[in-house]
Amino acid sequence: MIRHNYTIISIAVLLLSSGIASGFERFPPPDFESGYVHPSPTTPNPRQDIYEYIDTAVLFAALGLSSYLVLKTRRRRFIFVLSLLSLFYFGFWRRGCVCPIGAIQNVALSIFDKDYAVPVAVMLFFLLPLVFTLFFGRTFCAAVCPLGAIQDVVHLRHTPVPEWLENGLRLFAYVYLAAAILFAATGSAFIICRYDPFVSFFRMSGNLNMLILGGCFLFVGLFIGRPYCRFVCPYGVILRQLSRISKWRVTITPDDCIKCRLCEDSCPFGAIREPTAEAPTHDYIKSRKLLAFLILLLPPLVLSLGWVGYTLRPVTSRMHATVRLADRIYLEETGQVEDTTDASTAFRATGREIKDLYAEALDIQAGFGLGGWLFGGFVGLVIALKLIGLSLRRQRTDYEAERAGCLACGRCFEYCPKEHVKRKLAKETIVKADENSD
Amino acid sequence: MSKHTEQTPDRRQLLKAALRYGTLGLLGATGGATLFPKQKSAAQNTVWQIDPEICVACGNCATYCVLEESAVKCVHAYAMCGYCRICFGFFGPEPLDINEGAENQLCPTGAIKRTFVENPYYEYTIDESLCMGCGKCVKGCNTFGNGSLYLQVRHDRCLNCNECSIAAACPSGAYKRVPADKPYLLKKVDSAE
Repeated sequence: MIRHNYTIISIAVLLLSSGIASGFERFPPPDFESGYVHPSPTTPNPRQDIYEYIDTAVLFAALGLSSYLVLKTRRRRFIFVLSLLSLFYFGFWRRGCVCPIGAIQNVALSIFDKDYAVPVAVMLFFLLPLVFTLFFGRTFCAAVCPLGAIQDVVHLRHTPVPEWLENGLRLFAYVYLAAAILFAATGSAFIICRYDPFVSFFRMSGNLNMLILGGCFLFVGLFIGRPYCRFVCPYGVILRQLSRISKWRVTITPDDCIKCRLCEDSCPFGAIREPTAEAPTHDYIKSRKLLAFLILLLPPLVLSLGWVGYTLRPVTSRMHATVRLADRIYLEETGQVEDTTDASTAFRATGREIKDLYAEALDIQAGFGLGGWLFGGFVGLVIALKLIGLSLRRQRTDYEAERAGCLACGRCFEYCPKEHVKRKLAKETIVKADENSD
Repeated sequence: MSKHTEQTPDRRQLLKAALRYGTLGLLGATGGATLFPKQKSAAQNTVWQIDPEICVACGNCATYCVLEESAVKCVHAYAMCGYCRICFGFFGPEPLDINEGAENQLCPTGAIKRTFVENPYYEYTIDESLCMGCGKCVKGCNTFGNGSLYLQVRHDRCLNCNECSIAAACPSGAYKRVPADKPYLLKKVDSAE
């Protein structure tokens, strides 16, 4: 009997309603005679704003302390302790959100989307490390970033990466930054957050694929110092450029370099540059020709890659849910597919015109066209400038930490005998004797 | 700063300083422009929420949340409820009997409690500690009933990720950022008419 009732009702209702989006009062709410009063729904509040102020204050304090430790105290041990504290606070306690790396996307979205306003705390998270880097170098990377800290903790023994490979792999970070901005600005996705390899460790839960990816990064990180920071991190790309023009910088030696070569292999990130040979060994005319060729190569490279980015817009725009939906609806309408998806069913239930959807999707795709020009052009520019940079030769007289690549971790400090003299761990005469015998 | 650079404040140093303060100004301008825009009202914090009018109760909320137990739970708009004896959110499609036996229930975790109010009305309450946000009851209630059961992001659980992974998987686009001071999109009696 009951089953019979059900069948009738379900058939009737199925005939009545095509979608389920809006229920309507099929059964009017009763008037109770027993004086029953219905409960009201509870609405627990989001975590409090005060946390955001605390986060920003902690970030500011950590950046200040890190800069002081790197430039004044010069003790790797203290820097490491601070990075552990940051890992605990920003990583495991605050569960990795919000971080300056992801904040790039919020800022990009708020610039291009008039309806999205970036919260003050997120903006400060984006700006503070940049400002500190402008003055003190990458002290954010050294001891504040939880993603850097987790890789530093597992780093066991470093294997040098050949320079050509390092330069090549680093290009990925630039592409990743450009892609992150493209997808955030078009409102498609926040790929930095989606593919953050370590956040699932911080949250102690997450998508299996990302957990495996995070595991891979940590495994590689056992032998190669901070692979995410060097080859992937899009925020690191910005910090590299700002670090080049920083007011103060990390110096390996607290004094004058005595070229003892002790620090040569101390950097796990390959950021120490040795002095250049005094007499230039290369052919001036040849290298000048090469430089001229590379500079002439710049405009066609930028334009051609920009064009590639523009032509790829049907592919790139599929990151946007509306474009995906329009594609799907088109396939269904033209009879190329039989079945429907959750998304297409939900769209049809809304009763919106398909024409409107197509128009909206085309609009978004046009945005990706412009974005594609900028994206490709940027990648072309980066490649061209990298080639030009590699063909230029700078004179160096001392062992130096490379401005852009130095993560200010402070590992090299203890390798310098002058540092030992300064700390009164070694006597000046020993160093002098060593210098003379060299 | 090393001695070398102090002695020769050459063009390169000057250029670097100019670039440095130029960048600083640019950062300040970006910050100012995005934080205090002309068109937008004050920049405010946002949280994720489901628009119950758009939600199709596909079930993604239960599985895509980064939390092991989803931050999305079913909530009940009691004012809209018909207090039916045969509730389509509570009973499975072909119940053996109209009582609270587990075999008759639609909810896979038994999170909906059915209590007698007065003849012939029953009250349905949701035990949030058991609910996993699968939306089976929501689908039943919306298809056959008044639609008083619906899904909401519970902000005591939600981490407010920068990119919500359920939002990325939502087929209907029901997920949106809402102002943090109005974190819920509750169903009202008016919206049902």
